[in-house]
Amino acid sequence: MAQQDAVVPMIRPSIASTERVLVVDDLVKQFDTPDGPIRAVENISFAVGRGEFLSVIGPSGCGKSTVFNIIGGLLADFQGRVAIQGEPIRGPHRSIGMVFQEESTFPWRTVLDNVCFPLEIVGMGKTERRAKARHFIALVGLTGFENRYPAELSGGMRQRVAIARTLASEPTILLMDEPFASLDEQTRLLLGDKVLQIQQELRQTTLLITHNITEAVQLSDRILVMTFRPGRVKRIVDIDLPHPRTSEIVSSAAFGRYVAEIWGDLREEATRGMQESEMSARSGKG
Amino acid sequence: MAGGQSTRSSWGAVGFGFATLVAATLVVEWTLRIGLLNRYIVPLPSEVLASFPRIVAEEHIAARFLTTFMECLYAMLLVTVLGVLTGMLLYRFTALRAATETWVAAIASAPIVLMYPLFLVVFGRSTTTIVMMGFIAGLPPVILKTLEGLAGTRRVLVDVGRSLNLGSWQMFAKILFPAALPTVFVGLRLGLIFCLINIVGVEFLINFGGLGQVINDRAERYDLPGTYAAIGFVILTSVLFFIVTEWIERWLRPQT
Repeated sequence: MAQQDAVVPMIRPSIASTERVLVVDDLVKQFDTPDGPIRAVENISFAVGRGEFLSVIGPSGCGKSTVFNIIGGLLADFQGRVAIQGEPIRGPHRSIGMVFQEESTFPWRTVLDNVCFPLEIVGMGKTERRAKARHFIALVGLTGFENRYPAELSGGMRQRVAIARTLASEPTILLMDEPFASLDEQTRLLLGDKVLQIQQELRQTTLLITHNITEAVQLSDRILVMTFRPGRVKRIVDIDLPHPRTSEIVSSAAFGRYVAEIWGDLREEATRGMQESEMSARSGKG
Repeated sequence: MAGGQSTRSSWGAVGFGFATLVAATLVVEWTLRIGLLNRYIVPLPSEVLASFPRIVAEEHIAARFLTTFMECLYAMLLVTVLGVLTGMLLYRFTALRAATETWVAAIASAPIVLMYPLFLVVFGRSTTTIVMMGFIAGLPPVILKTLEGLAGTRRVLVDVGRSLNLGSWQMFAKILFPAALPTVFVGLRLGLIFCLINIVGVEFLINFGGLGQVINDRAERYDLPGTYAAIGFVILTSVLFFIVTEWIERWLRPQT
């Protein structure tokens, strides 16, 4: 807790409290397992301002996805408070759009029908929803692929369809859980450019969960570094790199300094995580 | 270019399949003619082919074929509606699933056709008995495969639905059921096989109705080529149902 008190402010000083879109306050989540309760995250507090891009980074097993599921409303049983524009939430909320780590397009729907899906759910007319879906398909650079099925697309294109589908519901917050994890490094960098371009074009408030430092620095305004289990806020780093950014920024000296700084924070946690995994594997064998 | 290649390879596969069938038939013909197989048990394929026109004329095969086809259709409609609905119920209510899944699986592997005397007592020597036997035999695989398809829906697709705040019915209609469809159709194809076997089997056993009765008549007259020709029409019924099932599946899930 003392560690967290000493941390950089929860939100950039330039963002007034009235502009806070998402506030996470003293979040605690515990899971009951056969080996006893495991505290996945502990005393997590942060806020995201309107139009801000915040990344949450941490070693494997630090509870990043737990935070994602709680904010997305998929995990209800937690302590603490999560509020969207001042409204506390305990379940899925129309203001939050989620992009998942796993491939999540519907294989039985075309690209156009996939992107239409959230609009169909809210009862929007066919012509209107198709026009809107085409706009978001163009935004992610998939014009010409409207009538293709996901099986006919590459992994990166499918993830763009998922992003377009989420954006089509015009969420206040775009919540992404390692959306590029299954992609190769080059596709990941290029898709990062696309996400950044969209985020800046729409001024979309975005929260990205990732374990990739390069990706986090390339995309974010701020990076929240988490400790290994139980996940706590270790530090929040402001990324003061010029906008608009592209993947070319990865070759700059300032970029390298941020990556090194964050790796310095993460290395200790990742090492601890690895040691604990090895210990539990050994005790499992014994 | 790629499309042309794919069409050519598809026709090539069909051609190879047909050639294999012709080759197998010629091998049987040859082994019968040199006495390796007994002609009193297996008729010459050439005699079977020659008996087709005779069977068609003497047995009013079109009407018999239609009888078996319609019995199978009625049974399959019942199997589809009740099998899919029961599968959905078992998925929805875990206690019901835990209580019944094992014995549904047990029924799937049971020789249901042997229960025909019981059905004769209940429904009499009638089409209803035949349809009900087909229905009971075809039901378990459809229930089990519907359940498997629904339970096997990828978690992330359900999470997409949850994140969009879908209601139970929307979740089922928009995500669970479309995701389960390929597996449901596997169940329907298995159900169709069990259904047709039982329908023709019961027609044969009670000497009533369509193609099964023709097979029985011809077998009792020791007309082996005629018996095998009638079996050929049963295969035709099965092929027709498989084609229809495939059409429906492609219509419901065009990308498959």
